[in-house]
Amino acid sequence: MSTQMQQLYQQVILDHSRERAGNSDLLGDSAAGAHGSSHQINPTCGDEIELETEIGEDGGIAVRWTGDGCSISMASASVLTELAAENSVEGMLDIEAKFHELMHSRGTMAGDEEILGDAAVFSGVSKFPARIKCALLSWVAFKDALNQAQTSLKE
Amino acid sequence: MFSRLRNDFPILDTRIGESSLSYLDSGATSQKPQCVIDTFTEYYSQRNAAVHRGAHSLAVMATDAFEAGREAVANLVGGTPEQVIWTKNATEALNVVALGIDRASHGFGGQAAQRFAVGPGDSIVVTEMEHHANLVPWQQLAQSTGAQIRWLPVTDSGELDLSNLDSIVDETTKVFAFTHVSNVLGTINPVDTLVARARQVGALVVLDACQSVPHMPVNFVDLDVDFAAFSAHKALGPTGLGTLWGRSELLNSLPPVLTGGSMITTVTMEGSQFMDAPQRFEAGTQPVAEVAAFTTAVNYLAEVGLQNIFDHERELATVLLDGIAEIPGITVLGSAENRIGTVAFDVDGVHAHDVGQYLDSQGVAVRVGHHCAQPLHRRFGVTATTRASTYLYNNTEDCEQFLHALGEVRGFFGVE
Repeated sequence: MSTQMQQLYQQVILDHSRERAGNSDLLGDSAAGAHGSSHQINPTCGDEIELETEIGEDGGIAVRWTGDGCSISMASASVLTELAAENSVEGMLDIEAKFHELMHSRGTMAGDEEILGDAAVFSGVSKFPARIKCALLSWVAFKDALNQAQTSLKE
Repeated sequence: MFSRLRNDFPILDTRIGESSLSYLDSGATSQKPQCVIDTFTEYYSQRNAAVHRGAHSLAVMATDAFEAGREAVANLVGGTPEQVIWTKNATEALNVVALGIDRASHGFGGQAAQRFAVGPGDSIVVTEMEHHANLVPWQQLAQSTGAQIRWLPVTDSGELDLSNLDSIVDETTKVFAFTHVSNVLGTINPVDTLVARARQVGALVVLDACQSVPHMPVNFVDLDVDFAAFSAHKALGPTGLGTLWGRSELLNSLPPVLTGGSMITTVTMEGSQFMDAPQRFEAGTQPVAEVAAFTTAVNYLAEVGLQNIFDHERELATVLLDGIAEIPGITVLGSAENRIGTVAFDVDGVHAHDVGQYLDSQGVAVRVGHHCAQPLHRRFGVTATTRASTYLYNNTEDCEQFLHALGEVRGFFGVE
């Protein structure tokens, strides 16, 4: 087994791909408060995710999603959900930006665990150009949904 | 013979990490023999010039090379050289037909083109196993003209369901477009039955031959189709080149989509007259070096023999199918007996992308995803599959390397 494969499929990723945090029924039209939703598709493989985000009155973020895809995309959505529960909106936007940067680093960066938490284990993905979109799918949906939630908060 | 010709393909010696390469993705694109690669060097260093213009010696040599390609293809698939049109790829070839019919439906091409016109009340029939390239252009034609799109469904065994053929292809049907061989299931479709029904109702037959021409003897005249499309790169040739084959009287009345230089007889400021096929459909500078290289590829295939290639790949298909059947948790899509060496499957509990990644780590190259056939995958209740597809240069060792790695996949991802 190549080291690259072990770096790609870290145990944390395999665990999250099976026990998926946030993978639950969506609220759809019954969502209340500051919320947003986003549907993203990876056209090359058909992977897809529908993700909802809510910003609570205390500033906390809740994430729910349904999706179908590879272990990288599903684990990434799961890790994202857990991070959202522990962070503020500003914190998550910072994590999103750093995760994006990490994914496009072509293996030249090590993920900063202090900031990225479990998302740091995806650093191995950046060496596999075909898989970067898998890891980013839920983050693209999250950024879009969070942006909508922030907009509705201001209205 | 087959063990020797493997040496003609330099890329097969590539090492993937610590493994030798088992290339089982020829359904996506084939590898090239050294003689095809050498043709590029030879063409550009000895024969390069603009074709069909200029009176100098090099221009004559380049034109000869370009036209010799049509002859080689006509020898391979039937018909005459004038029936062979060069396109960018098979997708463009299919679009040239669909868009040509669209133009005819909107009054282009005069009286002669009216035989192609479709409109409200007419139907265009495809199948549920089409590659998007032979589906989306027909959807566009239906949308543009008001014609209805219909399709033949696919059975659990991965074959066309012909039980309602006569009601799906009926008197309203103007175009019947279908694939010769499924790029996912490997199923060889009964072209004779489908063409017979099309002839009864007077529908034009358009054949997607991308997965048949490289792998089995095919003669479009014997099959009695009106148009057919295939690509060079799946048949040992270069990328950037496809072939549209058609019946001459149809080609010469179908309105061209790409217009401009090299395809006209007379141009005035008011209007233009077009040439007959093939030049009618070859506006602008053509991929001459690619045609020269594809000619070498076609001659190579003819020398090996398409029946030999088919028999060889059929043996490999049996090795793949028998081997997969012994691995727990793998479901093959379709079970047609009449098939080529293309096998798509689902691994229980592991997404196709992950399967492909693991196989790659073991030196095995396969395709993962929907293989440009989303409706077919939806029909089988999956969004993505893994596909192994053979060619003449593959051997039993390639299949065994694949089967060994596939047997480890579910264990690696912890779903056993």
